[in-house]
Amino acid sequence: MTSDDDGDDRDMIGLQFLRLGMLALAAGMFFGVIGGFQFLFPEFLRELLFTKTRPLHVSLVISWIFLASIGGIYYYLVTQCKLKLFSPRAANWHFWIFVVTGLAILACYFAGRFGGREYFEYPAVLSIPIFLSWIIFGVNYFKTVFKSTEPWPVYYWMWGTGIIFFFITFSEAYLWLIPYFRESMVREITVQWKSYGALTGSWNMLVYGTAIFVASRISENPQLARSRMAYGLYFLGLFNLMFGWAHHIYLVPSAPWLRSLAYAVSMTELLVLGKILWDWRASLASYQIHKHGNAYRFLFAADIWIFINLVVALIISVPALNLYTHGTHITVAHAMGSTIGINTMILLASVFFVIREELPAEVHSGCSKQVTFGYRMANVSLAVFFVSLILAGLGKGFYGGGSFQEMMLSIRPFLLVFAVSGVTLMLGIWIVLFSALRLINLRLSLASRGAFAAEY
Amino acid sequence: MNRRAIFMTLCAAFIPYSVYVYTQGTEASHIRAMSEEARYGQQLFQEFNCIACHQFYGLGGYMGPDLTNVVSSRGSAYARAFLMSGTQRMPNFNLNESELDAMVAYLEFVDTTGRYPADDYQINWYGTVVQSDE
Repeated sequence: MTSDDDGDDRDMIGLQFLRLGMLALAAGMFFGVIGGFQFLFPEFLRELLFTKTRPLHVSLVISWIFLASIGGIYYYLVTQCKLKLFSPRAANWHFWIFVVTGLAILACYFAGRFGGREYFEYPAVLSIPIFLSWIIFGVNYFKTVFKSTEPWPVYYWMWGTGIIFFFITFSEAYLWLIPYFRESMVREITVQWKSYGALTGSWNMLVYGTAIFVASRISENPQLARSRMAYGLYFLGLFNLMFGWAHHIYLVPSAPWLRSLAYAVSMTELLVLGKILWDWRASLASYQIHKHGNAYRFLFAADIWIFINLVVALIISVPALNLYTHGTHITVAHAMGSTIGINTMILLASVFFVIREELPAEVHSGCSKQVTFGYRMANVSLAVFFVSLILAGLGKGFYGGGSFQEMMLSIRPFLLVFAVSGVTLMLGIWIVLFSALRLINLRLSLASRGAFAAEY
Repeated sequence: MNRRAIFMTLCAAFIPYSVYVYTQGTEASHIRAMSEEARYGQQLFQEFNCIACHQFYGLGGYMGPDLTNVVSSRGSAYARAFLMSGTQRMPNFNLNESELDAMVAYLEFVDTTGRYPADDYQINWYGTVVQSDE
């Protein structure tokens, strides 16, 4: 346990972000399940239209990714990296701006007040506090890590890059407010997906930075975050973030070379695939040593999902194959596989690593059976969910004519499996979250009573 | 090579690249100017969050069909009929006449911007796709 024994609350802001993130994930999955059934039965919960459940699901799940990443960064900087946070008060402001803005966005969705665009459907004015909160976070982060006298490990670079590129890409996502962009369909849609593609890259920087941090601490090998390979993969990720986004818009009539460049850049991810295959045997050996730790198990699951999603990503990034997969459920399979299989597994690993660091073993090992059950249920369900989406996507992509309704009817069996496995996936994740939330709450309540130092 | 130098080099390349995307890279001379009515339709399209269910160029939700070329493939009257009364899958949004006109005008505008899915193309041996109008 690495907490100071003075019982202060210097690292509690990180835990508060983690708790809020877990609540967002639990709620986000619930709306996802409702949306899944609305896909099959359009009359289901007509009061809460799919136009509301989809943004509720997407926004809450994306919030989980950001909240859990940010929570981990605040926690690790102070508790593990032994840096003094530049401004704990600013971190508190950051948290409360996030809470208030988040509630306002949810209220808009429930009320059906839209006005933004896909993924940021809320009225554009609500993006202002989001910008503000990231400025606060960015200043706090860089002012804190610049105090470090040692050369930066790769996760400092990745977290910093994630923050900087969030600013850039989130700003780009609002260029549609300027008529020059909004009134040219090709420009609007191209810039929109330039920003979304890179935005995903920016949160991946936050999440993968967290993964490397946790992995280096579990293996007690700091070199993992300082090796040439680690920096090489970081720069490869950055290169893809900047120039690889156009594989989303192969069929939009923008300059052809932009799309050819994206194709070439996307194929550089074959290097990552090769690296995973090269390390496979070592990963399995390491799994045998650490498999009883929750954090390690979630990281291991993420490794497998990275492999699967990378194969899918490489296939759908080939323009000739993208002709058949674009606009189908294969894209959804890839998005869900990445956000749940990779991002969520890594961030749950981070949550359990924090729990291990914050609470004594006799407290946190008590729920390991429950976590194991939830972990297995979630991963098996995700596999079924993923395959059903791939099959539905193939059904749509290779459907030979007929109306949209007929095509939907032909893939209905796959969508039924998708909806049912979505329920078991949600239950599996909820079981894991229930355990984690109970322990994080316990730690926070002890801290708020100032009782931690006395009891442990 | 110094890490900061690599980072700065990538950023330096990213800036002109982005400017190119914002300007020449997305210059589409074949697209006519958007009318006031279509602009209003675009605004309504966002306010009703239609993209949650529909797509343009295959981008959006999958609850309903792609609308990029709905006007040229099915006709404006067909699009208008759906907007007026909804379907089992699509709710009736109770649009008034001017809103219906604006939505149809927007769909007509989108229809002039390109073809989706691609119907006339050639695949190169290395996997890229060239459409006939490129």
